[in-house]
Amino acid sequence: MSKQAAIPMITEKEASFDLVKLTGWLKTIMLPVIGLVVFIGLWNVLAKNIDTSLGQFPGTTAVWQQAKVLVDEHYTQQSKAEAFYERQHKRNAERVAKDPNYQPKIRAFTGAPTFFQQIWTSLYTVMVGFVMASLFAVPLGILCGLSKSSYAAINPLIQLFKPISPLAWLPLVTMVVSAVYVSDDPMFAKSFITSAATVALCCLWPTLINTAVGVSSIDKDLINVSKVLRLNPIQHVIKIVMPSSIPAIFTGLRLSLGIGWMVLIAAEMLAQNPGLGKFVWDEFQNGSSESLARIMVAVLTIGIIGFILDRLMLQLQKWVSWDKSATLR
Amino acid sequence: MTFKHQLELTQVAIDFPTPKGPFTALTDVNLKIQKGEFISLIGHSGCGKSTVLNLIAGLYQATTGGVILEGQEVNEPGPERAVVFQNHSLLPWLSAYKNVELAVKQTQTGRSKKEIKDWVEHNLELVHMSHAADKLPSEISGGMKQRVGIARALAMEPKVLLMDEPFGALDALTRAHLQDSVMEIHSQLGNTVIMITHDVDEAVLLSDRIVMMTNGPSATIGEILSIDLERPRNRIELADNPQYNHYRHEVLKFLYEKQRKVESVDSHRKSKSAKGQPGSLKTG
Ligand SMILES: Nc1ncnc2c1ncn2[C@@H]1O[C@H](COP(=O)(O)OP(=O)(O)OP(=O)(O)O)[C@@H](O)[C@H]1O
Ligand SMILES: [Mg+2]
Repeated sequence: MSKQAAIPMITEKEASFDLVKLTGWLKTIMLPVIGLVVFIGLWNVLAKNIDTSLGQFPGTTAVWQQAKVLVDEHYTQQSKAEAFYERQHKRNAERVAKDPNYQPKIRAFTGAPTFFQQIWTSLYTVMVGFVMASLFAVPLGILCGLSKSSYAAINPLIQLFKPISPLAWLPLVTMVVSAVYVSDDPMFAKSFITSAATVALCCLWPTLINTAVGVSSIDKDLINVSKVLRLNPIQHVIKIVMPSSIPAIFTGLRLSLGIGWMVLIAAEMLAQNPGLGKFVWDEFQNGSSESLARIMVAVLTIGIIGFILDRLMLQLQKWVSWDKSATLR
Repeated sequence: MTFKHQLELTQVAIDFPTPKGPFTALTDVNLKIQKGEFISLIGHSGCGKSTVLNLIAGLYQATTGGVILEGQEVNEPGPERAVVFQNHSLLPWLSAYKNVELAVKQTQTGRSKKEIKDWVEHNLELVHMSHAADKLPSEISGGMKQRVGIARALAMEPKVLLMDEPFGALDALTRAHLQDSVMEIHSQLGNTVIMITHDVDEAVLLSDRIVMMTNGPSATIGEILSIDLERPRNRIELADNPQYNHYRHEVLKFLYEKQRKVESVDSHRKSKSAKGQPGSLKTG
């Protein structure tokens, strides 16, 4: 190509570069904003046209108001609790002053849990279920990936149990927990154990399957390296198998946590674990004119927390992944 | 203890199970190798070179016959037969240093921490990779990865170093560079080396003997060519050396005349097996 011909090409390139930047900006910022605006608009229009037995379906304003109410309720409850403890403390001090032999008793504040406490309970429950499932699924997945015969033995069970809905497990889990977990002074509430166990049962499978697939597809050359070095089975797992299947394991864990969070809400509704699921259920039973708006707040909260959990897992996945060039999303 | 031959392959044959029944990849492979020899295996793609190497490595088991290293039958992989794999096969999550270190820690038990460190560094130095010791495999070039692979194998202090097309994926310049490195290391350490190659010049330049394999299935050793060129060898001087060019010619003739057509080889093999004899085995 001649020199003259090359000159306009460069300017064209520069112009297209600006265009690329612009479209990039459009894609990363404008499009999500447009999506959100359209969604809110549609929501409000539709809400106005839906009349339920509990009144009109809440629009954005009603939901926003209830969100503020829930926050206020939390703070009032907290100051109530503070006042309660202060009074108790004062009373105890007075009695001790009168009678030095008196053993002061501290009674716990027993207000209804606030929205934030319910969020915390949900997070705690899902984490316990998820960790229990993972502690079981990762080693079992590694075993399945390493040995074809154990995979052949376990695979039918995986296929059988994977599609089962948490709602089907729940009655069984409830009965089993009631029968097995008997103690006068229980450390955990039964509803908590039931919910966590149901979460665990449902979020086992993605981790198990992904781990097994990851382990069974390790580069054959790396296995040969391990053989030449005569690594024993434990070293083989620690030095070769685990690091190479970390990406697959984490993909499974992320899927599992997502499923676990979905399952948890249903489990809490039925098991009456005082988390977000119970909040939704109670509001539904309550049936006041604000209930729908309050449920809507919970729904959005559930979505946002689910999103944050997924991002956290992604961050963790990026952090432990040795392949920094891989695109993870 | 000294052995007349360090490594012996005797009447080695291997069948691979396939859905269509057993596939005979190798038959009647006989090879005796002395300590310190540099052997090249050359032959057309798919003839069974890697299979021979894997048999010696102990990664495959011979169906009949066997491999004997210093009087002991080989039946499992081990660090005394270190392998440099075709695509480096470094652990991608470990730095160059850590990759070599893993091999050292695993195979050189009884070394102190400092000795391990020195030994890893020494081997990286041998392949001129000290400067990139802390880089991950994904951060270094193909040639550098292959160097680290060689360092890892050397660090195991193998009796026999097995290399499966170690320079196959490299450009000509890098390849020449690494060939020189390998020659240098071989002259320093005097290991026995068995190397697979597709490259005639590489085979002639590096080897003491070139083992040429017939086409598969049921491949075997066709000819063995001894290369009596003085060491150290210099690629530029050798380019005009008539002896060198004669060797090159011999290998090319074997590959492109004698083993050119698969059909002719097949019929040749049939007549051979009818006689029940390893036909044209010519040891140079
Ligand atoms: N594990 C296996 N199972 C079945 N067949 C195999 C196996 N390994 C090798 N073969 C067959 O044995 C023959 C020789 O294979 P091998 O890999 O040794 O060839 P090669 O000479 O190394 O080829 P290349 O130069 O392409 O690497 C091929 O026909 C191959 O299909
Ligand atoms: Mg090969």
